[in-house]
Order: sequence, then structure tokens, then C-alpha cells
Amino acid sequence: MNFKHLLVVASVLIFTSCKQENHLYRIEGKQIQITDSLQANSDVEAFIKPYREHVNKNLDSVLAYSVDTYSKNDGEYNTAVGNFMADAIYEQANPVFKKRTGKDIDFVLLNHGGIRSILSKGNVTARTAYGLMPFENSMVVVDLKGAQVKELLEYLAKAKRAHPISKLKLAIDADFNVASASLHDSPIDFNKNYFVLTNDYLYNGGDHMDFFKTNDSLYDLDYKIRNALIDYFKKVDTINPVIDDRFIQLKN
Amino acid sequence: MKRRDFIQQTAAASTLIGLGGLGLQSFATPPKKITILHTNDVHSHIDAFGPEDGRNANKGGVARRASLIEAIRKENPNTLLMDAGDIFQGTPYFNYYGGELEFKLMSMLKYDVATIGNHDFDNGIDGLYAQLPHADFDFISANYDFKNTIMDTHVKPYKTFTKEGIKIGVFGLGIQLDGLVGKDMYKETVYMDPIETAQEMTRVLKETERCDLIICLSHIGYYYKNSPEKVCDLNLAKATKDIDLIIGGHTHTFLPKPTVVKNIEGKNTLVNQVGCYGINLGKIDFYFDADKNKAAEGTSIIV
Repeated sequence: MNFKHLLVVASVLIFTSCKQENHLYRIEGKQIQITDSLQANSDVEAFIKPYREHVNKNLDSVLAYSVDTYSKNDGEYNTAVGNFMADAIYEQANPVFKKRTGKDIDFVLLNHGGIRSILSKGNVTARTAYGLMPFENSMVVVDLKGAQVKELLEYLAKAKRAHPISKLKLAIDADFNVASASLHDSPIDFNKNYFVLTNDYLYNGGDHMDFFKTNDSLYDLDYKIRNALIDYFKKVDTINPVIDDRFIQLKN
Repeated sequence: MKRRDFIQQTAAASTLIGLGGLGLQSFATPPKKITILHTNDVHSHIDAFGPEDGRNANKGGVARRASLIEAIRKENPNTLLMDAGDIFQGTPYFNYYGGELEFKLMSMLKYDVATIGNHDFDNGIDGLYAQLPHADFDFISANYDFKNTIMDTHVKPYKTFTKEGIKIGVFGLGIQLDGLVGKDMYKETVYMDPIETAQEMTRVLKETERCDLIICLSHIGYYYKNSPEKVCDLNLAKATKDIDLIIGGHTHTFLPKPTVVKNIEGKNTLVNQVGCYGINLGKIDFYFDADKNKAAEGTSIIV
């Protein structure tokens, strides 16, 4: 054993002669904001690039054409964009529901707050659908008793909002009571059950649509609202919705 | 030969310093610093927010986060990077690639460990499982029992790391899935009580694994103002012992600074969460010293 070996032994002894005790004596915590003052890592950036290009190309490929710009703020109790959304999802959902149950959806109810952007004039793309519906909510059909349909109508009468509906026609009076309501131009029989298409958010009590809670059965269509809109855009060439008389307030 | 001489001399010098130190104090090794970096609820936000964004203009972005993490690691190699769940869902990247890009990027950034958030079930438990090959990091969850699911054996309750002689134990906690995630999505995943699980985990990590530092990576939420009794990070911190840091998620809570909570033994536990969408990176530095006296004065927390 020469001097060098002795040194090694001595070093090993120092590091192993006792189990190192570690005592925590200080903690420093902070949060660093990720801002544009940070240089982007070029390897990571290069890795993302093909994915981004693919997604953008897909999102921006033209599916249909919108004749005008439609906002959910244009219209009192029904809006062109809301009517479009409710009608479009009915068209997409009804064949799925019919195939599964042999029955038709009676009407559609969505929420006004769920329209998340305008529908702009010009080319309509998948990105348009992401704008209108950024959330992942999927369509459900609720088997509602007449009593709950009545509650639903009263909710709409009092809500003072243009909640989108389809296949349902509703007029309210100046005091926000239901004046008349019909389905496919026939009066509603409150002793009957109806199949109502909505989304899982509202079904679960979103916007206090509590009337959905008491139901006879629920059919989850496993079909996202956004995907229904994209499929609808693919199917049609021109989007040209109008404000109509499906939901109005009577003047005295 | 010149080079060998140099090494010998260096060895002799360091040994002498060591021996010298031995004379003065028991072990005068320099303090050690462990850096914990963390994110939560990134929700597929890979690109930075655009300049026109109403709330988070020009913030976030994985490529920028990568540079920041790289710089911190360069300064302190004893760094761990973790994510508290909800990696998935929020931008079309998820809809198009099902989480593949999120996991690949986290692997590029060298994440060490992540826990599972409710949105990570958004393509079903099968959708999560399908993306696992893209993740070079481990998933931990101590209160989800995946035994009767496809995820069985792919998620560990905890993971330990040793950095410069400091043993760090990290365990994961997930939120109750019932009511939040469709049963058809999470399937036979069994949720267990987070506090009971944490008590068991801290016992294992402290007594069996003899960890110097215990971290809980949680997706149970910071605090629920309208249900103050609901299990959450703040209540978890109060009801347990031996947890040094709870890294949280789920509630997208932006905190001005990490919260210090007295645990069941009256000792300090740090609770942190950094909002969402990759806008912030949390950084907690833990300093250790071999000198008992320093620690005897109590651990100072600077937040």
C-alpha cells in the first residue's frame, strides 16, 4: 500500500464512517412566470412544429361558408347562431338516437351561455366549431315526464335569456308566463313523456336546469357537441340561419 | 504522467480539507440544495397564449418552459421536475393526438414524475394507457387502486429519488372520480380516502424508506370555499404529519406565494399550486446541512 492508496482509504473512511445525517434548515419557495422574455428552446420548438402545422391545417381547412356574421347578442328570445346550433345538433343526434332506440328526439334545449363565440361571415372551419364550443360536452337525451317539461318551459319563461331551442315553439307573455307552447305544431301533452336533447353539462344541473334531475332515463350519445357541429359543417355548404318565431315574448 | 500527478495532488488536498474539517466540527460538508420544480393543470397548453388573449397574453408555452428548466438544472443538478395532473384536455392538440404530444414533450423536458388528474381520463382509462409508451417518466397515485384495470402495475403509489445523499419520497393523490368523470371512462379504478392514504404513505416513506424529504403530489384541489370540510390540500396538510411539501392541482389556484400550514404535530407543511395552462413554474428549494445545530434552530421558510 503506497501513499496514494492510503489517501483513498482515508477518503472512503471520511465518507462512510458515519451515516450522513441530513437536516433540513431552510426552504425557499417561489413561482416563476413563463413569459415572452424567456427564449424558447429550439429543439422543443422544432419538435412541436410538425404537430402544430398538421393541427392548424386541419383546423383551418374550409368545411362550409357562413353568409353573415351571427352573434348570440342579436335577437331577443332566439338568435340566429343559437337556432343554428340547436338545429344542427338535432340533425346530427336524431339519427344516432333513432338507430339506438327506434324513437325520435322531441326537442332540443341548450344554454345561451354555451355559445362561446360569434359565427363569422366567410369560411367555416373546424376552428369555428372549437370557437363556438371549446368544451368537451357531449349530447345526452333525457326522457322527461310532462311535469318536468312544464318546469322546463317555466324556467325558459322566467330566464330572460335566449336559450337555444329546436323543434319546440314557445311564446311567453309580458309577465314572463308561458302563453303557448307546441312541439311540431301540436300542443304539448303534459301527461306524456318527451325525449329532450341537451348536453351533459346542463343535464348535471348547469345553469340551474334542475328539471333534468327528475327523469325516467338518460341516453348518453357518446357524441360531442363540437364534433356534431364539425360533422354538420362537412355536410352542408352554406350556413344561413335566421332569427324566427320559435321563442318569442308576446307584446300584451 | 503529468495528469496523474495532478489528480493525486487534488485528492491529497481534498482529504486534508476533510480532515481539517473533522477537527473543527463533526462533518463540515457544504449544505446541499434540492430544487423541486412543478407544474399542474397544463391542459394541453403546448403553445404560448397569443398576444390577443384576453387574460394570459404572451404567457406560457412548453418551449419557453424547457429553457427555464434547463437553466435551473444547470445551476443545480439536484433538481426534480414533477406535474400534479390534468396534463390532458384543453387545446386541439389533445383532440388530435390524444395526449401523445403532451407526454413526448414532458419526456423531452425530463419530467421525473407525475400524478393523474381527472381530465387524464378524458379518453377513458384505455386512452391514458395507450399514451403511456410516450412517457419516459413515472406516474404515481397512492389512492387510486388500478388493480382491476388496464393500468394495473403501470402506476406506483410512490417513488423515491436520491440526490447527493438526500432521499426524496414522492407519493401521488387523486381526486374522487365519481361525479366528475364518467364511470365508463375510469372503469374499475377504485378511489381511496386521501387522508388515510397519506397517513400510510408518510409512515412508509419516513420509517421504511427513511426519506429526508417527503412530497405529496396531489390533484385533490387546494381548497373548496363552499365546502370547507371537503378533502383538499389545506385539510390534508392539517391532518397529516411528515409531509414537507404538497404540490397541488385541480382547482387552478393561482397563489401569490406558497402557503404554510401547521400539520397535526404543529410543524410546518408547505402547500403550493401554480394556477394552470403552463403559465407558471413552481420552484421550491430545500437546503440540508449535516450540522444538527442549524436545524435545531428550526427550519426557516422563505416564501
